[in-house]
Amino acid sequence: MLKYHFDWGTVLSGRYLDWLLSGVVVTLEISALSLALAMFLGVLVAMLRLGPLGFLRRLAQAYLEFFRNTPLLVQIFFWYFGSYKILPQALNDWLATTNFEFAAGVVALGIYTSAFIAEDIRSGVRAIPKEQMEAARSAGFGYLGAMRHVILPQAVRITIPPLVNQFLNLTKNSSLAMTIGVAELTYQARQVESYSFKGLEAFSAAALAYLLISLFIAGAVNLYTRWVLRPAAGR
Amino acid sequence: MIEFHDVHKWFGKLHVLAGVNLRVEPGQVVVVCGPSGSGKSTLIRTVNQLERIDQGRLVVDGQDLASPGLDLNRLRAEVGFVFQQFNLYPHLTALENITLAPIKVRRAPKVQARQEALDLLERVGLADKAGRYPAQLSGGQQQRVAIARALAMRPKIMLFDEPTSALDPEMIGEVLAVMGDLASSGMTMMVVTHEMGFARHLSHRVVFIDQGQILEDAPPEEFFANPRHPRTQQFLRQVLSPLH
Ligand SMILES: Nc1ncnc2c1ncn2[C@@H]1O[C@H](COP(=O)(O)OP(=O)(O)OP(=O)(O)O)[C@@H](O)[C@H]1O
Ligand SMILES: [Mg+2]
Repeated sequence: MLKYHFDWGTVLSGRYLDWLLSGVVVTLEISALSLALAMFLGVLVAMLRLGPLGFLRRLAQAYLEFFRNTPLLVQIFFWYFGSYKILPQALNDWLATTNFEFAAGVVALGIYTSAFIAEDIRSGVRAIPKEQMEAARSAGFGYLGAMRHVILPQAVRITIPPLVNQFLNLTKNSSLAMTIGVAELTYQARQVESYSFKGLEAFSAAALAYLLISLFIAGAVNLYTRWVLRPAAGR
Repeated sequence: MIEFHDVHKWFGKLHVLAGVNLRVEPGQVVVVCGPSGSGKSTLIRTVNQLERIDQGRLVVDGQDLASPGLDLNRLRAEVGFVFQQFNLYPHLTALENITLAPIKVRRAPKVQARQEALDLLERVGLADKAGRYPAQLSGGQQQRVAIARALAMRPKIMLFDEPTSALDPEMIGEVLAVMGDLASSGMTMMVVTHEMGFARHLSHRVVFIDQGQILEDAPPEEFFANPRHPRTQQFLRQVLSPLH
């Protein structure tokens, strides 16, 4: 028998509840924006990696190796503490007026995740028989047009399961953004803990919220696959 | 329409095309046959540059394929290619397979592309299959959709690489019938096939290729009645009476 008496009432009411909920909102925001960035960069890097130009292929390869093989936390600190030293002054001035830690978090998470997404997309593309590319090129499509209209739509379907994994990792990884002061869910749970001393409840609630978000993402993708993408007719 | 001038190609050490000279006039149907590995696919694939040539000159529709200003995508849009394995886009319906390139490459209005695609499906006898996915069609039906897809770009030349070799015997006829209609309509065609019936009745010339060289090039009557080269004679004995 547990001796501890859970005190949910304190944590799940009043300002503590408000904090936790605002944390959920920030987690969703940072995850969604990073995801958009990660998908954009991921597709781009995958295309360069598969493309006909040797030097762009090597550049993309270097990008992948670098961002996949360094810790996310280091990358977050790099963008937060280091990037202003290499960015142009005008950009820094503008960033200072914005929510800089949030932006740094989005960039770090987005770039980090894009490296994994690029690899997933690349294996998806490579699974499409080369005859599909030949058929599209014979019809007059250029390389990019063939990719966009023939290869990628097929590759996306087989890439969905690994992509869902990356989405979920991204959401969970977003908790690291608390280290640079982004007031997301883990940050807020920590805050609730230090004010209320109800650490067990605060972090249990946070864990539950992450779980629900993950289940929601998995469910949404599942629906998307079933209803929006039409049956990927077998070959 | 298509001119090969002393064309050579190597795959590593393998001399796949060893000095090919060949002319296909506008409106002509030329059948290419020869033993497996003789270079038939390679030959036909050079015409729309799925394979590059290493030496010699290749002129398609008046354009030298080696000329620096050549717009390859545009050339390919005007040359239809039909593959042995059909290579339909599996994620698109029959109709969408046909309309994709006209809409995205030729920039045809959607309504018009759709109407033309329906007409083409009608022409290949598949008007009722517009909404089917490739996996829901038989091999013969898929190949007919593939022909319609190539025709939708309004090509000046049609290339066929063993279009019936992957088909069950009972489906070969329906595909050959579509190709026969096309031949009679005056399309310029290069057809790699071992269907000697098609060669005999619907082609203007039959070309025999062996080890990357054209050994025989004659109108069908002559090709079948008096093949000159011993290799052609041997080949014909084999394909005409496979059980010999
Ligand atoms: N991409 C390639 N790389 C290396 N060798 C190749 C390549 N494509 C074809 N070959 C070789 O070139 C030769 C000619 O091939 P090709 O496909 O043109 O022959 P084919 O006459 O079409 O034969 P089949 O009747 O079997 O289709 C063969 O020996 C083949 O193995
Ligand atoms: Mg072949």
